[in-house]
Amino acid sequence: MSLLTVNDLRVEYASSGGWVPAVRGVDLTLDRGQVLGLAGESGCGKSTIAHALLRLLPPETRVRGEVFLNGQDVLQLKPGRLRAVRWAEGAIVFQGAMHALNPVRRIRDQLAEPMILHGQRSDKEAHLRVGELLEQVGLPAKRGADYPHEFSGGQRQRVMIAMALACDPALLIADEPTTALDVMVQAQVLNLLKELQEDLGLAMLFITHDLSVLVEVCDRIAVMYAGRIVEEGPSDRVFGAPAHPYTKALAGAFPTIGDPIFRRAPAGLGGDPPDPQALPTGCPFHPRCPQAFDECPRVDPPLFRAEEGHVAACLLVPDDQPQGVGA
Amino acid sequence: MSRARDRRETAPSSEALLEARDVHVSFTGRTGLLSGISGRAAPVARAVDGVSLAVKQGEIVALAGESGCGKTTLARTIMGLERPTRGDVFYEGRPIRDDLRGYRRRVQMVFQDPTGALNPRQTIYESVAEGLRIHKLPGVEESLVADALTRAGLRPAERFFLLYPHELSGGQRQRAVIAGAMVLNPKVLVADEPVSMLDASVRGEILRLLLQLRDDFGLSLIIVTHDLGLAWTVADRVAVMYLGRIVEEGPAERVLTQPLHPYTRALLDIVPEAGGLERPVLKGEPPDPSNIPPGCRFHPRCPAVAGGTAADAGVESLCRNEDLGLVELRPGHMVACHLALKTHGDAATADAGGSPVPNV
Repeated sequence: MSLLTVNDLRVEYASSGGWVPAVRGVDLTLDRGQVLGLAGESGCGKSTIAHALLRLLPPETRVRGEVFLNGQDVLQLKPGRLRAVRWAEGAIVFQGAMHALNPVRRIRDQLAEPMILHGQRSDKEAHLRVGELLEQVGLPAKRGADYPHEFSGGQRQRVMIAMALACDPALLIADEPTTALDVMVQAQVLNLLKELQEDLGLAMLFITHDLSVLVEVCDRIAVMYAGRIVEEGPSDRVFGAPAHPYTKALAGAFPTIGDPIFRRAPAGLGGDPPDPQALPTGCPFHPRCPQAFDECPRVDPPLFRAEEGHVAACLLVPDDQPQGVGA
Repeated sequence: MSRARDRRETAPSSEALLEARDVHVSFTGRTGLLSGISGRAAPVARAVDGVSLAVKQGEIVALAGESGCGKTTLARTIMGLERPTRGDVFYEGRPIRDDLRGYRRRVQMVFQDPTGALNPRQTIYESVAEGLRIHKLPGVEESLVADALTRAGLRPAERFFLLYPHELSGGQRQRAVIAGAMVLNPKVLVADEPVSMLDASVRGEILRLLLQLRDDFGLSLIIVTHDLGLAWTVADRVAVMYLGRIVEEGPAERVLTQPLHPYTRALLDIVPEAGGLERPVLKGEPPDPSNIPPGCRFHPRCPAVAGGTAADAGVESLCRNEDLGLVELRPGHMVACHLALKTHGDAATADAGGSPVPNV
């Protein structure tokens, strides 16, 4: 059985103009030790999914569907049980490492807190474990006595990763974990995450707009557009041989240096991601799609099989067997 | 890839339009109360530490490096927004401070964050027209604004006149910012990370627009970026900065595919690509400009020094002790690296007919 199974997840935010659909029917599965990448532009719903998985969305949000983590439906859990699942079974690393730590408390106390609150360890054991955790993320154990402002941005993100690992979760959700960091530090943090994932056998859901980062880190990639998955498959296939025109455009935004195809030929799409309150008819991508034809404004395509283990929601995908998801 | 073609592409005209000559910019840090009393001097950050850079008409130069390397400070100095502590910036051969007002009409800046660059309470028309009013340019304002919006790809222009920034998408906002710059008919555009805040699928369109403006109006561009992929996509020439200095500069085709400086190589190695991760990543944080190491400023992080390659080539003590400037090793391709000089130097002397600068 998969560690994480998401069935027909739908999330709507309340706004003055009514309910705004942010996630419109998403299915995901993730096995132990696997890394799944979730790619897409801002507003496509990828961060909303990350938050929905651990029920971190604001109360005035409508969430429907099923999220099975380790066999239990997170969306149905009672508050006490939910608290136990957060941290201990699924933990999340956010983008804003700068602001996620309490500035007036020592790092070691902040790292020990989840372990003590979860009753996993006594105070003393927890503090011993803090040293281990810091070394695991490449920081000297003695830095535990320092305050957040004494760390650089990259180091703070390392602390956040250590904190996420504190209660030995099986699933790590990384929501744009390297976006705010400098290029070289970004590569360091990426290497660290990949190492930890391999050493600890973690399942990881890696969320970013940067498709090229996902290719390096993930086994599989799911690409989202307008609240739905439009393509999913093995990462090298999705990036190297995309089946959906949107994925093609996204992959083109990350040029291969040295490849003459990209030289003085920026690839991009006209237009902008659609307003979730006024989605286009048919395929939501058709107004921006360079390959759209007369069917596209009428038919909202489900995920079609492009090849073994690789699906895409596009009418141009030459398969006649829809996978029965999406719509 | 022939060298002749490179040269033609990177040299639209031989005269430098805009030139920074040996520019230094330093910032003095704060002194704490105690160190003030004890007379300790405030730390001085040498953000730009001796940079010369020339941009020709119609040329696109990418200025690349980690954050803190001084690339933004250099761009701001070129704009006349920072005063160099030493050296100066020249436009058409004259120091820019001779006629700063005229210069600012000729050289316009595009910032990273289009949302921050537009006044949220002004319509797009007002934002674009502001430059015209400040510089009191002749002509019918409305048609000039419409023209600039059209050039920036906001068509039909009239539709955007009365919109406010929040009614535009990110890509459209950046176009409006570019229109605000283009309305003054500038010769040079300095763009600081022009697409890094935009969605991936929209970036290409903005880059295409910048290339278009170069082709249509012979605009020169200085693009400050940390993204070497972007440099590969648009730049004619690339200058890589490290700790306040340009450490490698040359045609994009050469710098990005056959880098001579270990730092450039390191930056290229971390560009993510499929099947990667077996790549060396430099350790440590971006360096501190208030504490520049002696010798080659990159030596504490240099893989060639740490890995012994520099020692094998017999240059390690030079790396640790001798500061060096840029040396032209290939036509138009300059590098500041003892190891590169040692390994490629002889060929270069024969190749380019030039000789290394005396301080090596």
